[in-house]
Amino acid sequence: MPTVSVGRDRLFQALGRSYTQEEFEELCFEFGIELDDVTTEKEIIRKEKHLEAEVREEDEEEVIYKIEVAANRYDLLCLEGIARALRIFIGKEEIPIYKFREIPRESMLQINVTKATSKIRPYVVGAVLRGVSFNRANYNSFIDLQDKLHQNICRKRTLVAIGTHDLDTIDAPFSYEALIPQDITFTPLKQVKSFRADELLEFYRSDLKLKKFLHIIENSPVYPVIYDRNRTVLSLPPIINGAHSAISLRTKNVFIECTATDLTKAKIVLNTMVTMFSEYCDSKFEVEPVEVVYPDDRQFEDCASEGIFKGKNIYPDLAVTVMDIPLSVITCPIGISLGVAEVIPLLNKMQLHAKEKLGTGNYAITVHVPPTRSDILHPCDVMEDVAIAYGYDKIPKTKPKCMTTGGQQPLNVFSDKIRGEVSRAGYMEVLTWLLCSHEENFAMVKRKDDGAKAVTIGNPRSSEFEVVRTSLMPGLLKTLKHNIDHRRPIKIFEAGDIVCLDGTRDVGASNNRRLAALYCNVTSGFEEILGLVMRIMQVVQKPHEPANDNFIRPSNEPEFFPNRQCYIIFKEKQIGAFGVVHPEVLEKFGIPDPCTFVEIDIQALL
Amino acid sequence: MAEDSILGFLQNNEAISDSLQFAASAGIDHNELENVIKSLRGFEIVDAQEFQKDRWFLKEEGKTYAREGSPEVQLFNAVPPDGISREELQKKVNPTVFKIGSSWAVKKKLVEIGRQGVSRKVEYVEDKIQGFLQQIEKGEVVDEKDLAELKNRKLIEFRPLKGYSLRKGPKYVSKRKKAATDLTREHLLRGDWRDLEFKEYNLSAQVQPIQIGYLQPLLKVRDAIQSIFLQMGFEEMPTNNYVESSFWNFDALFQPQQHPARDSHDTFFLKVPSSTRELPEDYVAKVTRVHESGDYGSLGYRYKWKREEADKNLLRTHTTAVSARMLYRLAQQKSFSPKRYYSIDRVFRNEAVDRTHLAEFHQIEGLICDRGLTLGDLFGVLEDFFARLGMAKLRFKPAYNPYTEPSMEIFSYHEGLKKWVEVGNSGMFRPEMLLPMGLPEDVSVIAWGLSLERPTMILYGIDNIRDLFGPKVDFNVIKNNPICRLGLE
Repeated sequence: MPTVSVGRDRLFQALGRSYTQEEFEELCFEFGIELDDVTTEKEIIRKEKHLEAEVREEDEEEVIYKIEVAANRYDLLCLEGIARALRIFIGKEEIPIYKFREIPRESMLQINVTKATSKIRPYVVGAVLRGVSFNRANYNSFIDLQDKLHQNICRKRTLVAIGTHDLDTIDAPFSYEALIPQDITFTPLKQVKSFRADELLEFYRSDLKLKKFLHIIENSPVYPVIYDRNRTVLSLPPIINGAHSAISLRTKNVFIECTATDLTKAKIVLNTMVTMFSEYCDSKFEVEPVEVVYPDDRQFEDCASEGIFKGKNIYPDLAVTVMDIPLSVITCPIGISLGVAEVIPLLNKMQLHAKEKLGTGNYAITVHVPPTRSDILHPCDVMEDVAIAYGYDKIPKTKPKCMTTGGQQPLNVFSDKIRGEVSRAGYMEVLTWLLCSHEENFAMVKRKDDGAKAVTIGNPRSSEFEVVRTSLMPGLLKTLKHNIDHRRPIKIFEAGDIVCLDGTRDVGASNNRRLAALYCNVTSGFEEILGLVMRIMQVVQKPHEPANDNFIRPSNEPEFFPNRQCYIIFKEKQIGAFGVVHPEVLEKFGIPDPCTFVEIDIQALL
Repeated sequence: MAEDSILGFLQNNEAISDSLQFAASAGIDHNELENVIKSLRGFEIVDAQEFQKDRWFLKEEGKTYAREGSPEVQLFNAVPPDGISREELQKKVNPTVFKIGSSWAVKKKLVEIGRQGVSRKVEYVEDKIQGFLQQIEKGEVVDEKDLAELKNRKLIEFRPLKGYSLRKGPKYVSKRKKAATDLTREHLLRGDWRDLEFKEYNLSAQVQPIQIGYLQPLLKVRDAIQSIFLQMGFEEMPTNNYVESSFWNFDALFQPQQHPARDSHDTFFLKVPSSTRELPEDYVAKVTRVHESGDYGSLGYRYKWKREEADKNLLRTHTTAVSARMLYRLAQQKSFSPKRYYSIDRVFRNEAVDRTHLAEFHQIEGLICDRGLTLGDLFGVLEDFFARLGMAKLRFKPAYNPYTEPSMEIFSYHEGLKKWVEVGNSGMFRPEMLLPMGLPEDVSVIAWGLSLERPTMILYGIDNIRDLFGPKVDFNVIKNNPICRLGLE
């Protein structure tokens, strides 16, 4: 879940009153956000640098609230959004109407898209905020919001990258192109000298913040780039903006562009930027649209969000989604009975305009979903908002009426019974991990990997997570090693699953329930394990079936000592093996005393 | 012997004022006497007061001289009245006696050692040194001036000595009966148990551990939670399939393909077997549509859904993948019947491990599928379930989860910590998840999940998850773990 840092005093000022921490936490809890931490700017820096906490200079520093918000509420990623949502929630503000600045189509700023962009980053959207009043606080918030969006919905700039520019330094029409790196030269943000694009990427390889994004374009023959009519570079998305059009506290008119591989998300990102910061425009909540013109040969492209492309597109798409929802679809799933007149104010608290839909015979509500609420996909999302606004604490608790009977999986009942038998035989149950290193699963138990057995992890974080175990042996030996000073004899067991490749299953692998037990003492304890095997084979005997005699045959498995090992045979099938653990295996695991080990496929005994 | 003499003496006398003197006069080693005193005191047969006094003790060399005589006198006695050659004398006494004895004998002018040999200078010597040493050994007082030489020659040392003064105790007897330690078969056969006194047990002594088997603490809690589900009429889902396709783990749950959980930073994707071999194609088509352009009244996520993403195999990140398979199977039945399902099994996350997070852990999941279920029903069933886990006070916080709407975090008031702590997640499955499966439109699913490890750690006060699960668990933790009392209240 994303966390947003906001100044407490600025937030309370925006909310029009101050709160005690408990009161504010309570408000957050009801609304569905969480006050995660209370800190100060200096404290954050100290933590980053791992410095000792100094004596707090009370009242000197601004208190910062770190607020955790839902991952699909992009409109809550900045102070403006949180404050607006809470103001509306507590009834202090009307739902804003976001509107276009009325300008003739021909004077609309244009972004022309070239064909080649489809090879690297096919989409672009844009908008203009006119007459913005920046101060230090809202300017920082504006920058932070871009960061938060980049981290979250933009998936670290892979899906969408945002560029913001001082419109008064550049001239429309703009053009969104994809060019070979050698043909792009400009002075990037925070630099004084001009770079060629390929050299710039090389330069950023040592930049802690930017190096993470280089992989998005570095292997492409062409890089995306946005120019103005004078061939001034606005940005090299998704890496860096140009220095020329950089915004500052003095900027009045802001041009926002978002380039993307996912058009739906680009539109959400742009909407979030303009709906949040049009608050500071001379004409509040007013946005100037931008026209994006795709080349003729991209007119037939199928884009999931737009369907077949139109040649000219007006952005931002501030269209309000309208849903006609029967009242019962809202109230029945919650389990409350409210009338239309009671539901509408609840919807309003959640920023949803609503009015009764008349003439349908049944009660229904027409809901207008504003561009800030991209999280609302279905009437069930509207239903949730009503439930939140009503208050979860007030919903009467009821009991589901359906009559069902309980039951367990036979395999689990069976393995629980076997666990009982083995613990009654004086063994201690342990529980080990499915994931292990390749070496533990193979070389350390003297087994070769023929590639036909083990499930292999593609992206292990460390060698501990390379394969899924194909035997319980390494886990038990590791457990023994960690308790090597324990009183002898040590008798441990585990009942659990291993996983093997299995061509008969849809996913190509299947679990197998195993029982393993280990005996460790100054002598090998072969008879102890033999006794346990006898006991298990005795208790799994089914009534009226011939007894299982002769279930032991000599074996020759590498993890056991030669001539001190046996297979366990059940219905002509080998279902397990036991024996004195090979000294080379003991050595690999660092175990100084002899051990005997048994492993049985208990699924086969069910 | 020692016991008899103490008890016998006290029979006729009021007290033994000094056990040291008593031991010396009775010819009993004081250490032996001390053991008897302690035993008699333990049974309150005598009252014993400890005291300490300082006195002279013989050192090893002094003890030898007390026994054998001082070396100078030994040497003197080895010299015949008419003299002896040096060599002969050396043969007659041991080398230490010769070495020390000759120098002291010369110094004390007892003998003369010349070229001709060794000859006596006096006719008779009294061994005073030996006499003093024997007196000290017996605990008798020796004159300060006589101690001087003994001190110089380091034959004696000054040490504290513990003694006792004794008198009859409340349970004094002149003769103690022999106490038996255990009731044996012979006692029963002979019938003499009636006359025997049995030794008191020392109940504070360390008890020998008995040889028994043990169950793993985490699995004991699993068993307890499992029986809560069973009592509430829930049926277990088959969860023994750790390898899952992205389709069942994510896509079927209406989790978009760019969702952060599908990042390699969070999920273990597989090299072998890298992708799934088959999926139910009709169903895949419906899932594709609901993701790409929406359906069933949903706007969808409006992106290009990729089959190869759905085919990617992984280690399941939640047991909800199994729930999806079960609900799909339920939807394929001719007529719908309500279900309550549960599972408690292993899930995998490719996250950084720390004191509270492992790459694998156990997820508890419960769900109810029926027509017309409500959010109130979910709150009601959660209240019932968590009350049985000892968490009677619950609150629900709105949250986000891609496959449930509404989604709630479950908070429980912790009496010990005096605050609300998050104990699980819950919600109603989205129509975008249920309707493509083919479930009837009026069927809802309410569901909740939590980890098995977290409540177990809270229950037993364990703050490092590796002390509970995995190869580093200390056997003593398993052995000392009490029975799980969940569900007993």
